[in-house]
Amino acid sequence: MLGAANLPLNELLAHFGYIVSILMFMVGIMLMGRVKTAKNGNRLAAGAMLLAVIAQLVQMKTIDPVWIVVGLVVGALIGAVASIRVQMTQMPEMVALFNGSGGLASLLVAVAAYAYGGIPSQPLAGATIAGSRGDVNGLAVMLSILIGGVTFTGSIIAFLKLAEKMSGKPILLPGRHAVNILLAVLVAVFIALGVWVLGGGVGLALLVLVILLSFIMGITLVIPIGGGDMPVVISLLNSYSGVAAAMAGFALGSHVLIVSGSLVGAAGLILTQIMCKAMNRSLANVVFGGFGAEAATGGGGEYKNVKSADAETAAMVMADAQSIIIVPGYGMAVSQAQHAVRELAKLLEAKGASIRYAIHPVAGRMPGHMNVLLAEANVPYEQLFEMDQINEEFKSTDVVLVIGANDTVNPAAKTDKTSPLYGMPVMNVEEAKTVFTMKRSLGGGFAQVKNTLFECPNNFMIYGDARKTLEEIAKAVKEG
Amino acid sequence: MTGEVIIAFYTFVLACVAGFQLISKVPPTLHTPLMSGANAISGITILGAIAMAGGTGGFAAHIIGMLAVLFATVNVVGGFMVTERMLKMFGSRK
Repeated sequence: MLGAANLPLNELLAHFGYIVSILMFMVGIMLMGRVKTAKNGNRLAAGAMLLAVIAQLVQMKTIDPVWIVVGLVVGALIGAVASIRVQMTQMPEMVALFNGSGGLASLLVAVAAYAYGGIPSQPLAGATIAGSRGDVNGLAVMLSILIGGVTFTGSIIAFLKLAEKMSGKPILLPGRHAVNILLAVLVAVFIALGVWVLGGGVGLALLVLVILLSFIMGITLVIPIGGGDMPVVISLLNSYSGVAAAMAGFALGSHVLIVSGSLVGAAGLILTQIMCKAMNRSLANVVFGGFGAEAATGGGGEYKNVKSADAETAAMVMADAQSIIIVPGYGMAVSQAQHAVRELAKLLEAKGASIRYAIHPVAGRMPGHMNVLLAEANVPYEQLFEMDQINEEFKSTDVVLVIGANDTVNPAAKTDKTSPLYGMPVMNVEEAKTVFTMKRSLGGGFAQVKNTLFECPNNFMIYGDARKTLEEIAKAVKEG
Repeated sequence: MTGEVIIAFYTFVLACVAGFQLISKVPPTLHTPLMSGANAISGITILGAIAMAGGTGGFAAHIIGMLAVLFATVNVVGGFMVTERMLKMFGSRK
């Protein structure tokens, strides 16, 4: 790089393009951090990607375009169709799939780099690939494969759990900690052997072994984790896919890959940390996997003295209320109730009630999941409040409407030391005058923990599908 | 270690620090779109995929590289379009 004066013109132009695109990525991410500028930020980042791709093509001396074009066209078609057809409620699954796709791509790039130039015999030394750009670094090839593979299968499992094609409950293998340690040791040995000792045919065998082990590790990382904890997992896997791209950058000696990949790696890690804090878990606990699994033991028991109400009763109480707080959860996403919520809120506002929405940091299946859904239904931004902003307001509120939230409103998390949820910050909904909780049945949430809110004297359950119930309430409010 | 690899490490460390700074100031409302957008950026591995698919590495590199281009493009195109869809909903209100 420092000998830039010796570079041919096309290389110089390409590097200029890379540097500009890196700046655009950074500014893009910054703009994405504010509501007003977020859309421009996303477009800037997309433009940066296009510029980087063009720069890459300019940099290559000889191009065999057929392979590139086929990959680009087919990939773009799949990505475009999937992103247009996906529903807002299925967004977390979709992001998990895209993420897995990126992880697999990084793995394949590393394998191709190996097929291209082989792993160099010297550790950490670049071996120039004949007739091409850049260096191949053996350790980076192996790490890119490892992290890419874990991202790939981990994301697939997360997708299956979120799409409910697989049980959302934690799956615990006997002796899984020992298995995980064994896997980690094995993979470290294979990588070390592959990088330091061997090359050629045996090297290829080791490479295949690392691929297989990375796939297994991705699965063992995610299957012990309950569906309720998936937001944290997706965020973590998002971070991994960035690191995998950065490693591919090391493998190929590409600075633009290193910078962009580590930007994403850092981003995902920060998001993960924010979510862990909200759930009262440590990041280490997540990284080593298996969290949320031990939960399913305590805090059970039968429900006593649970009261229920019908839609008409709820409508009467709400029509008289001055202040109403709506607490959405995953149940709102499942029944696509966000538009029905907005309709009911409009009616109640017309009757003079103040409407606010309280968003728990881990409500739904992704950070900000509820915000996205409510935004889709045109809920005004000023009505959305984070838990910390609104938690003191519940005690001076007439009616709280809980829509398909469960663990995030469980008072046992504050009082019952034996509860697996103990210590997790929850919304103080039970302090309101009246609480209506919409739920399909009395079954447990993802954590399978008894919710003591349901036994509170001021809480009334409204059983059934959230959207239908909301529409019934809205109808009753209109007629009343 | 060669000088090239060491320079790459400097780049890596500095980019990580920059990433932490950029992200730590984002309100929770935007976490989902941001995650999705960042996810699309991680598709930058598409550059490596293109180098492998269209380079002079022989048949195996072509095939594997082409698959890598395909999956990376799914990540990039899908990621940015999905983010755009989500952000459009934020834009539609005052």
